[in-house]
Amino acid sequence: MARKVLTVDDSKTMRDMVRFTLSGAGFDVVEAEDGVQALSVLGSTKVDLIITDINMPNMDGVTLVKEVRGGSSHRGVPILVLTTEGGDAKKADGKAAGATGWIVKPFTPDKLVQVVNKVCP
Amino acid sequence: MNDHVESPEQEEISGEPSSVQNGNFHQFISFKVGNEEFAIDIMAVREIKGWTETAPLPNQPDYNLGVLNLRGTIVPTFDLGCRFGMGSTKTTPYHVVIIATVQERTIGLLVDAVSDILTVSDDQIRPVPDMERMTAAEFLSGIITVEESMVVLLSLEKLFNRGDVTSATQIAA
Amino acid sequence: MTGSSFNADDLAQFKQTFFDECAELLADLEERLSSLQEEAADSEALNAIFRAVHSIKAGAGAFGFSQLVQFAHRYEALLDRMRDGLVEQNERVADVLVRAGDILASFVEAAQSEQELGEDFGSEVGDEIDLLLAEIDGLESVLTSEEEQSDENSDSEGVQEDQNKSSCTYLIEFVPKAELLRHANEPLLLIRELQTLGDLQTECSLERLPTLGAMEPEDAYLSWMLTLKTDKSEEDIREVFEFVEDDCELKVSAIAAKDSGDGSLSFQIIEEVTEESEEDQATGTLKSEKPGAQSKAAETSVPETNPSDAPKKANVAAPKAKTASTPAQSSGVSSIRVDLDRVDRLVNVVGELVIAQSMQAQEAEDRQNGHEFLMNQANEDMSRIVRELQECVMAIRMQPVKSVFSRMPRLVREVSSKLNKQVRLLTEGEQTEVDKTVIEELADPLTHMIRNAIDHGIESPEEREAAGKKGTGAIKLLARHAGGNIIIQVIDNGSGINKEALLKKAISKGIVSEDAKLTDEEIEELIFAPGFSTAQAVTDVSGRGVGMDVVRRNINKLGGRISVQSVEGKGTCFTLTIPLSLAVLDGMLVAIGAEKYILPLASIVESFRPLEEQLRALAGGGEVVSMRGEYIRLIRAHHLFNVPGAVTDPCQGLVVVTETANGGKVGLLVDELIGQQQVVIKSIQENFDPVPGVSGATILGNGRVALILDIEQLKSMPVSADNWKSSSSEPLEQQEASPANGEEQRTIAPEAMTDTEGMQVPATV
Repeated sequence: MARKVLTVDDSKTMRDMVRFTLSGAGFDVVEAEDGVQALSVLGSTKVDLIITDINMPNMDGVTLVKEVRGGSSHRGVPILVLTTEGGDAKKADGKAAGATGWIVKPFTPDKLVQVVNKVCP
Repeated sequence: MNDHVESPEQEEISGEPSSVQNGNFHQFISFKVGNEEFAIDIMAVREIKGWTETAPLPNQPDYNLGVLNLRGTIVPTFDLGCRFGMGSTKTTPYHVVIIATVQERTIGLLVDAVSDILTVSDDQIRPVPDMERMTAAEFLSGIITVEESMVVLLSLEKLFNRGDVTSATQIAA
Repeated sequence: MTGSSFNADDLAQFKQTFFDECAELLADLEERLSSLQEEAADSEALNAIFRAVHSIKAGAGAFGFSQLVQFAHRYEALLDRMRDGLVEQNERVADVLVRAGDILASFVEAAQSEQELGEDFGSEVGDEIDLLLAEIDGLESVLTSEEEQSDENSDSEGVQEDQNKSSCTYLIEFVPKAELLRHANEPLLLIRELQTLGDLQTECSLERLPTLGAMEPEDAYLSWMLTLKTDKSEEDIREVFEFVEDDCELKVSAIAAKDSGDGSLSFQIIEEVTEESEEDQATGTLKSEKPGAQSKAAETSVPETNPSDAPKKANVAAPKAKTASTPAQSSGVSSIRVDLDRVDRLVNVVGELVIAQSMQAQEAEDRQNGHEFLMNQANEDMSRIVRELQECVMAIRMQPVKSVFSRMPRLVREVSSKLNKQVRLLTEGEQTEVDKTVIEELADPLTHMIRNAIDHGIESPEEREAAGKKGTGAIKLLARHAGGNIIIQVIDNGSGINKEALLKKAISKGIVSEDAKLTDEEIEELIFAPGFSTAQAVTDVSGRGVGMDVVRRNINKLGGRISVQSVEGKGTCFTLTIPLSLAVLDGMLVAIGAEKYILPLASIVESFRPLEEQLRALAGGGEVVSMRGEYIRLIRAHHLFNVPGAVTDPCQGLVVVTETANGGKVGLLVDELIGQQQVVIKSIQENFDPVPGVSGATILGNGRVALILDIEQLKSMPVSADNWKSSSSEPLEQQEASPANGEEQRTIAPEAMTDTEGMQVPATV
């Protein structure tokens, strides 16, 4: 069964790119625009990986990570946070909240696939 | 009748034209208006339908019958007989409207009946002789003879060039 | 990692999304920034601004728009400091932020049109941002950011790697902290990844494993000692552990510099390898270690970690991705974002429609069985559902006017600074929704009107102060719903319309005759006359060859009206009334002779059957009908349209009183009203030339076409040239008493000239 990825980003461009790349790599991709939407998706869908932006309206990525780790349905699912170059503080925040790893924006398709495969077998 | 238009080759070409080689063939739809037989380029014809009532447009020349509804598209329709000076056609459900495309516009042409699909080669098309009696001669692009009778080829472009329609509108207004 | 290896088509598709998104983000940014000038931003506003800039930057990075990225980066840095409360919000900061927003928009525009902006474009604002940043955290910030930069360079270029090409053996001690597993990091994956770097021997230590009772199921207890023989650098190895750096203790040390290795050390390790590798252990050499089934799996699922392999991989990935998605659409496609709720509703209704339809089909079959009742029920359901479906679809197309309004602050800033005027823009009702096609058509007229308002309406600060006004002028942009229309007003508190100057100009241009007597409203109407411009000199601001006549024509094209009210010295108000949708119209079906026509319901005031004494023929052929003391011009549509068999005696028919664009009234004589109905507007002009008096057509329930009447045009259609001349040359006796008369008997008819090109309407009498 195809692995299912939830991509959370308020930017449609980013969601599109993630979706495009990962569906090309054989993933099922579901989308959410912010943390709140993401949690509602997770409430009804079982995913194998979460890729989330940090800066989002309603609920930011760090809070989302905390929520997921504190919840029951997806607490063991790998979570990658999207950061920008030099966003070390963000990486650390994400990590401290319980993220599995990060992807630096902008990314190439294979960098994304590589990182995803690194955390999601 | 629609099918007939869309697949003319099987019916026409199989008969005679193999004898003529390398000629440039054209296909025309011929139709009757009054007692005369006209034809237009088949490529311009989109479909043929029975006459339905139109909504008249105000202040248009007599030959403008108004607009009809072609599956949601508003199509201005013209009485060809009237256009050729034969007087307004008294329409019946047996009259036929040829839907044609002229200069990217879709128009309807009211004719008495559609007769045939003609496949003719270039050399079968004769030029129109100078005829002063017909002011409509400028709309004619050629004459072909089919089974001893004369069919006049119409140029829809000339008949419905936008300048003409516009000027007609202006005069009426 | 700016290089992208999406193929061109896909990239173009993403770019389109990106620019669509940029447009939205910039509009939002614009709006938030303009409110920044009014009051300090709260954290929510700052966050939103930051997110907008951040998203633009991130997307731009993906497409390699480096100028845009660089600028956005500085902008973002400033905003980030602001979020952290390190920057005091003052006028200067607000100004920099606003200008930076404009620059950012320019960069996006340039990127979209594939133009290169000058190297130093925006550098002024950029420098100011840098200056602010420097003030905030001293020179340090500049230095650290440079350091970061160079760090990354060394990372990606892998200097050490080059120095150390030959194979080397590393001893890796990997001791996960308890929480590693809870972050969903998986030691097995890391080990597999290491395997791809070279020959790996693993040894698992159970040392830290507690007793079963003490074991926390989600904690990590195992640790590993790994031996890797690889030609990769230590950096590469550490990169494998990149994500778990903080979640583990990691020691990497080179134990053998050359292929041969230190025999004793190697062996020592071999003795400690785990069960899995026992086979290899038996052979006793590191070299022969060929990954078994497990590592084969790893090979297929774990791609190379070496970034230098990226291009090769991409070639493989791209075509694969291509087949998985539909081909890219052409980049010109416009898209709208729609609330999910609306789409859901639409889908549900369509579902119902399908059911009702099948019901109907079923019933048609069973008809012989005498189930008429059910048939009727299905029909009723069907019509209800179809109606709802239509509403849903319309709703999808509805968008707040905000998307147009939000472009205006920037315009106001640009224009006012060019003209050295001070103008504040206020907006109200920007959430008011209207069909997307209408929104698109609104941008030009509004732009023009606002430009006009600043250019001609708002005075210079000196003039204003001299007139006892505040130096800063204000323009208010207002939207609201009224019936099936949206009403948009552009109100300025400038100098108003100088009626004297306007009239003089109209006379000098020959638009009005010198002795014409015009009411104030009529004079104001003159600004909609073609080729009219009251500016003393043509400025590069509003003198772009379009006048208010074009604005009016555009608004009319939308089926709307525009009117103006002005008080000299106080200001001007333009009011636009536009139907909410171009696709449907609330209409009144009327009969004239055998023909049926649609009148826009919104323009109908009332209808009545006049008594004979209410009618009055004017000398020269004009006719009026009086209604409660008001004289209303009577228009005989059957006459104008030459419809045979129509009711010609108004006392036998009905007079439908309709309101015209400028608030006047005309009465249209019809045979009867048939009923009110919503109609779908069809264009006649798609296949024919414009027909005077007719704005479009629709298809009635019986499949026949009905024309939609255009009151504005009907009003100005002469019955005959003679009538027109004589009726207007002899002033009506009640002219003074009745303001409506002035309207109807106007000697100038600007709309006549704009609406009906090609028609000979006397301009002056």
